[in-house]
Amino acid sequence: MPDPAPISAAPVTRSFLRRYVFSTDHKVIGRQYFFLSLAAVLVGSLLSLLMRIHLVWPHAAIPFLGEIKPENYLGFLTMHGTLMVFFVLSTVPQNGFGTFFLPLQLGTSDMAFPPLNMVGFWVSLVSFLVLLAAFFVPGGASVAGWTQYVPLSAVPAAGPGEGLGTDLWLVSIGLFCLASVISAINFVTTTLKQRATGMDLMRMPLTCWAWFVTAILSLLAFSVLTAAVIMLLMDRNAGTSFFVPGGLMVNGHAVDHAGGSALLWQHLFWFFGHPEVYIAVLPGMGLTSHLLSVFSRKPVFGYKAMVWATIAIGALGFMVWGHHMFASGMDPYAGFAFSTLTTAIAVPSAIKTFNWVATLYGGRIRFATPLLFSAGFVSLFITGGLTGPLLAQPALDVYLHDTYFVVAHFHLIMAMAGLFAVFAATYFWFPKMFGRMMNERLGRLHFWITLFGSYAIFMPMHLLGVAGHPRRYSELTGLQYVAAMAPLQRFITLAAIATIAGQIIFLVNLFWSMFKGPAAEANPWECTTLEWTLPSPAPSKGFGDHEPIVAHGPYEYSIPGEDKDFLMQDSPATRDNRNAS
Amino acid sequence: MAVALVLALLLIVLACVWLFVAHPWWFPVGVSAQSAALDHQFTIALWLLGALFVVGQIVLAVSLLRSRRKQQSGYSRGDWRLEIAWTLAITAIFFWFNISGDRLWSSMKLQASDANAVQVEVTGAQFQWYFRYPGPDGKLGRTNAQKFAKAEEGNPLGLDPSDPAGVDDIVSTSMVVPVGHDVDLNLRALDVIHSLFIPAMRFKQDTVPGMDIHTHFRPVRIGNYEIACAELCGTGHYRMRAVVRVVSEEEFHAWLLKK
Repeated sequence: MPDPAPISAAPVTRSFLRRYVFSTDHKVIGRQYFFLSLAAVLVGSLLSLLMRIHLVWPHAAIPFLGEIKPENYLGFLTMHGTLMVFFVLSTVPQNGFGTFFLPLQLGTSDMAFPPLNMVGFWVSLVSFLVLLAAFFVPGGASVAGWTQYVPLSAVPAAGPGEGLGTDLWLVSIGLFCLASVISAINFVTTTLKQRATGMDLMRMPLTCWAWFVTAILSLLAFSVLTAAVIMLLMDRNAGTSFFVPGGLMVNGHAVDHAGGSALLWQHLFWFFGHPEVYIAVLPGMGLTSHLLSVFSRKPVFGYKAMVWATIAIGALGFMVWGHHMFASGMDPYAGFAFSTLTTAIAVPSAIKTFNWVATLYGGRIRFATPLLFSAGFVSLFITGGLTGPLLAQPALDVYLHDTYFVVAHFHLIMAMAGLFAVFAATYFWFPKMFGRMMNERLGRLHFWITLFGSYAIFMPMHLLGVAGHPRRYSELTGLQYVAAMAPLQRFITLAAIATIAGQIIFLVNLFWSMFKGPAAEANPWECTTLEWTLPSPAPSKGFGDHEPIVAHGPYEYSIPGEDKDFLMQDSPATRDNRNAS
Repeated sequence: MAVALVLALLLIVLACVWLFVAHPWWFPVGVSAQSAALDHQFTIALWLLGALFVVGQIVLAVSLLRSRRKQQSGYSRGDWRLEIAWTLAITAIFFWFNISGDRLWSSMKLQASDANAVQVEVTGAQFQWYFRYPGPDGKLGRTNAQKFAKAEEGNPLGLDPSDPAGVDDIVSTSMVVPVGHDVDLNLRALDVIHSLFIPAMRFKQDTVPGMDIHTHFRPVRIGNYEIACAELCGTGHYRMRAVVRVVSEEEFHAWLLKK
């Protein structure tokens, strides 16, 4: 087995700082994004743990923090949502794995604009630090939730955390938008301009298709959010009134604004916010398609249908934002349009699910950890997805809106499915990123805990929602019927504690394997795609002078009559290959 | 591993089905005119989506289990006939369901209330609900919260003292309505967005500063029902509670007179 070559074996000699810190190498930047998301997910999970504990044991004394107050709870809630949505789900699937693997899978040695790539990461890091700084300013973090509905987020008198904490939130998200747009430009250009010879669009792995479509969504969605946060910052600090209507009396203070529209913020936010859901989950869908094919040793069933479904989800994703606003006072006629369009988006999602199952069907499946997490992704995607058509109906949604039913829905489909894809990607690509293998036994144990944990936490939340339990309540004592649901809330907290504790297994596996894991071969999973033609870890020169020439599609597994059960994309097309698409 | 995964999926399906069949927590008894139709639509959703859930998970499990009987993977790059078939099938199912939901939505939102509906103005404020009735003159007085609102002096909404229409207005912290009559609500907010949520009435509507939102419901059973706030409005969001008291018509008029 080859010794995992350290990156310093690069032919170009550069200073340590330029090689590992301010590097323009997409492989270094991909890993930097990976660790940024790891930091964010640790903080985000810790916050959810604190919230769950406070909810059922409001007077519990937490080490170092003491008793959690309602405003602390809401601050944690805002930060949990923001960290998880922006710095985990929008960062690691796209900018983490995508930055590392998009060029390699396309057969090129770097992104189109390596310096922009580096700038994107550093702006994201600053954005992350600005966000966390809100915990340490007077008033603490914003209490308005990750959606920052105005006027709660626009008027400092509306609550603790609505002063400097909210300005920091807005600045942080503004920077994050900038970084995302920069990064998206790089993804789109790289995909369109840098593909290796023979890598037609319809020969790209579905991961690349997902990153490509996601980048287009990022470009459009984050631009709108940038405008929205700048407008809100100006309402707060420059005396404009985009969002704040006249005549408000907040907490005894007459608010000196007039003429704004509170619903305008919601339209702008969700015009970003719904595509954002797909920004978070499309890379995971692409990865799942990819891994199910690799580990069932079968071509992806319906590759073209998968590509068109990805594009359809991306396009429809921009037309459904109003389903977040059925109860907002929006014209009820708009409800029909948004309901129909939302139902429409369930169709390509279902097509993907059918094709995933059909890919597995009839395969001699290798049950390695990445496959387990991919199968878990499909299971969670079905479970979380099926409440979508229900919530797409305004009549039913209005009752369930802002209850735990919705919390269950989006955690299953976006957060849990999204995380399962991230875990699958980590176990799968770890050898190429770090040159070593992760431990399979720990990986499986981690899978079982996380699978049962996800269901145990989020399935019962549906019942809370049906019984009318509003979300974002810091305590259960305010209403009698809510207080009656405390036993179920306690069960969910216990499940959350167990599941989050189970993630320690993953962390141990990750860091132990990084330094002590067995050295990885170039192609340990026997995949066809180009990143596996390189040694593990991928050397910093990438393909160097040997740009690959692509002759085959990405999923040529188990071709009848071949001696090996996989055909590398760059295998020479010596004979008339009937499968070359 | 295949067997373990399949057993896990089946266990999850069983647990989920049990959870929804036993449902130790569920809808409160519906007490408004629209609750029966809404509960019916939810039941349809539960059966339809529940069936798709069970079938989906089981097909996934079977696909994993079949792997054990295979020596080598089959080679199939897809089948357009299958793609078209399942696309049409799922489109038909989802849109049939969608259209049935649209019908319900139009019956809830697009019909005017009775001419003799009781008028109630609802105002959300951090962290209190106010309900205002027009009094004998049938007119609500002007308000100007910035100028006149003083909760401690009994004028939380900022009724303009110079407007005669407002002199007989009744402001209450609980909603009192007569049974069997449409209740016409005008929803407003003083400071931030709130949301009037009455689970027993299957009713929810955000109250948005700067907007007057009109909607209505009809209570059909006498009793006291809790009102929650369903839109994050600040630190006291969880305790922004009120009660709707549904009373007989006589009792309602007696209450109005007493006020």
